[in-house]
Amino acid sequence: MIAVFLEYWNAFRPAIGSAILLVGAVLAVIGTVGVLRFPDFYTRLHAASVTDTAAATLAIVGMALLAPSLAVVFKLAVVWLFLFLTGPTSSHALANAAHTAGLQPMIGRLGESDGGDE
Amino acid sequence: MIGAAALALVVAIALMLIRALSGPTLYDRVLAVNSLGTKIILLLGVIGFLTGRPDFLDISILYALINFVATIAILKFFRYRSFQVSLTRRGKDGA
Repeated sequence: MIAVFLEYWNAFRPAIGSAILLVGAVLAVIGTVGVLRFPDFYTRLHAASVTDTAAATLAIVGMALLAPSLAVVFKLAVVWLFLFLTGPTSSHALANAAHTAGLQPMIGRLGESDGGDE
Repeated sequence: MIGAAALALVVAIALMLIRALSGPTLYDRVLAVNSLGTKIILLLGVIGFLTGRPDFLDISILYALINFVATIAILKFFRYRSFQVSLTRRGKDGA
């Protein structure tokens, strides 16, 4: 039973890994479109930081399924842990620096507001 | 399918470069460069798997370290206009 499961697992592992990796890369493109299209710095920061963490996690899980040895999986885990810790930290530092420097968030509906500095 | 993922990451990097070059404020540029760095880290790993040499992941780890330190250093410089300030010191504006 377990042998049959392992046989199927090893047969389908590269396909599953490639699919998850592709989903992560497409998520990175979606986040980038958000950064290009959103009207304000804080909304752009939201789009970038949320999708960066999710895209990095998905792409690294996909690459770990493609990995030939456990050492490669360990290196991927190190990269993932570092990105997971530093991504939100640098996003918080960015928002804190912009807010301290006096950059005001855009308030109100799009098109009516003159608060943001677009 | 790994090639398609690498192509999508290249497209994401190109679009993010537009925001980095044309950001209205300094913080948009820093955000774009930081996000660009994350995508380059992923692209380095994907290129390693595409060419069958996962040793590229060492370069990925190094790039992740440099990317984080660079973001914090740029923000610190443009806040205090100097690198000679301790990060734990409270400014006059209480932040």
